[in-house]
Amino acid sequence: MMIRSILKLAVLVFSAVASLAATSVVNAAEPLKIAFVYLGPVGDGGWTFQHNQGRLAVEKALGDKVKTTYVENVPETADAERVIRQLAVDGNKLIFTTSFGYMDPTLKVAKLFPKTYFEHATGYKTAPNLATYQTRFYEGAYLLGVIAGKMTKTNTLGFVGSFPIPEVIRNINAYTMGARSVNPNIKTKVIWVNTWYDPGKERQAAETLVAQGADMLAQNTDSPAVVQVAEEKKVHAFGWDSDMAQYGPHAELTANTENWGVYYIREAKRVLDGTWKPGETHWGIKEGMVVLKPLNPAVPPEVAKLFEAKMKAIVDGTLIPFSGPLKDSTGIEKLAKGAVMPLSDLMAINWYVEGVDGTIPK
Amino acid sequence: MNSMVAVITSTVFAATPLIYAALGETVTEKAGMLNLGVEGMMLVGAVTGFAVGIKTGSLTLGLIAAAIAGIAMSLIFAVLTLSLQTNQVATGLALTLFGIGFSAFVGHDYAGMPIPSLPDLHLPGLTDLPVIGPLLFNYDVMVYLCIPLIFAVQWFLTRSHAGLKMRAIGESPSVAHSIGYPVLAVRYYAVMFGGASAGLAGAYLSLAQTPMWVEGMTAGKGWIALALVVFGTWKPLRVVLGALLFGGVTVMQLHAQGFGFSIPSEFLSMLPYVATIVVLVLICRNPKTILLNQPASLGRNFHPTA
Repeated sequence: MMIRSILKLAVLVFSAVASLAATSVVNAAEPLKIAFVYLGPVGDGGWTFQHNQGRLAVEKALGDKVKTTYVENVPETADAERVIRQLAVDGNKLIFTTSFGYMDPTLKVAKLFPKTYFEHATGYKTAPNLATYQTRFYEGAYLLGVIAGKMTKTNTLGFVGSFPIPEVIRNINAYTMGARSVNPNIKTKVIWVNTWYDPGKERQAAETLVAQGADMLAQNTDSPAVVQVAEEKKVHAFGWDSDMAQYGPHAELTANTENWGVYYIREAKRVLDGTWKPGETHWGIKEGMVVLKPLNPAVPPEVAKLFEAKMKAIVDGTLIPFSGPLKDSTGIEKLAKGAVMPLSDLMAINWYVEGVDGTIPK
Repeated sequence: MNSMVAVITSTVFAATPLIYAALGETVTEKAGMLNLGVEGMMLVGAVTGFAVGIKTGSLTLGLIAAAIAGIAMSLIFAVLTLSLQTNQVATGLALTLFGIGFSAFVGHDYAGMPIPSLPDLHLPGLTDLPVIGPLLFNYDVMVYLCIPLIFAVQWFLTRSHAGLKMRAIGESPSVAHSIGYPVLAVRYYAVMFGGASAGLAGAYLSLAQTPMWVEGMTAGKGWIALALVVFGTWKPLRVVLGALLFGGVTVMQLHAQGFGFSIPSEFLSMLPYVATIVVLVLICRNPKTILLNQPASLGRNFHPTA
């Protein structure tokens, strides 16, 4: 008797929930609900800030047709899964998870909500309702290297790395290759801080690089601390993810930034039209997803000209940064002349190119 | 040689905010109050110092405002735990969570604004000396103010009448109360001192170390300060030693990487914590020292009528 009444109650609750869910799908006049999951705060002035700019661009472009929400400061732990699932339960039909560590949680939730579209940034796992997207950010890193290689006086470039994962190693390599393409004598010193975001520690790492002779700094971390140190120590640096010129008007020569908006708008439109499909998107300078800020007047005209030429070559495809001949930092040949690194190798790269000092911490 | 100088000056800059926050918490805890809200108070101090600095153009006013903001935050804790008798651990944690959210809310419009850094001392002749100049005569005012503060706290806790009274309250509030000491008032003051110091520590981050406001910029330094108090066995000089050690190892591991030592960076990141704990545990390896120094009523509420 008891059990039967409990069962009855359960059926009742279930059908109530189901009918609620059904009404929300049927009502077509409702705007498309889009959610974003952020790793840092939207005010970090770097990675997350830039994703949020993309979200705002979607709102601006599509107006009433969409309704966006975001959750910031989501750690890459079991918490991520909880947050993503909650967003799906809340009726968001398109969910962007914007950090590498959200990969498995996103995949898990995607399987539970087959009618919701998921998009994971910088990952490599897809599903029928899970797409991945990322920038060819290394194209920008290569161009920063061109400027650094031409303008360095000490032939020592500095790089503040977050975690030794392929994404970051790729950028260090591209930065070094860009510099070596114009100045084979340079070397790149790398310091890992093991965090994406700790302004104090990023600062100390930058100070260390300057003390050890680096006069061109770049970083794959999320705060503008490195640019600030460069301004103070009168060396040069590059903005990363966001324009950081306000923190180093003399120091910042240009900034390598992402424009996620172009992609977010396209995906939202595809969901609205019913043409969304999963896949792996890699967009670069050509597609407008990687944007380099106008050069600082401190860059001499001949360097600026070279920079423009190399950028043009990347856009029209005559210059591919990861192509042979290419040696690793121990002198072993990795690519023969004329060969181009396959995408799968590029996505999994775990070795330094020639010109980077030291070895990757294992 | 230049590298050594860079290591030492970076260490001092890294340790200064920890010293302020940890010294404040030492005094708070010596009165028997466990305030886990240091991280939150630092963040509110950081955003207040930055905002006032921007609005008034005066970094001094920014620092003063940060100290006041820290006191205001600590008063929330004091009113709840002392007057309303809430649990200290839970209240302190809540204060941190509140501080993280509140500072982000207040600071929303300040993200991305540049501010001039707290100026470094420049004594003609002295600052320009090689090695000694940058080592001794080229810090900002907060670093120099730290030194009298350290000795003042040490003197207060061990030599002053008021300090001994406060410690008595931290050991046994009921006994102190029975001989007529104003337990709640003294605990209020101790918590407020902790708040002011944490506020200054936060402002040091947003006005000197990385002169900017970004959300969550303390990145856990408040928790490190709390740990330093325990591992420094509530003794100001040891707490300062711990802060310098922590800062020093952090900076040295970065330099080691730059020189190309191939050590896993995860291990190097762990090193400051391990080194600080090991050294401080060795210093006070006698369990009696810890027992003697830990305030006996730490974290326990006291109700005068009970």
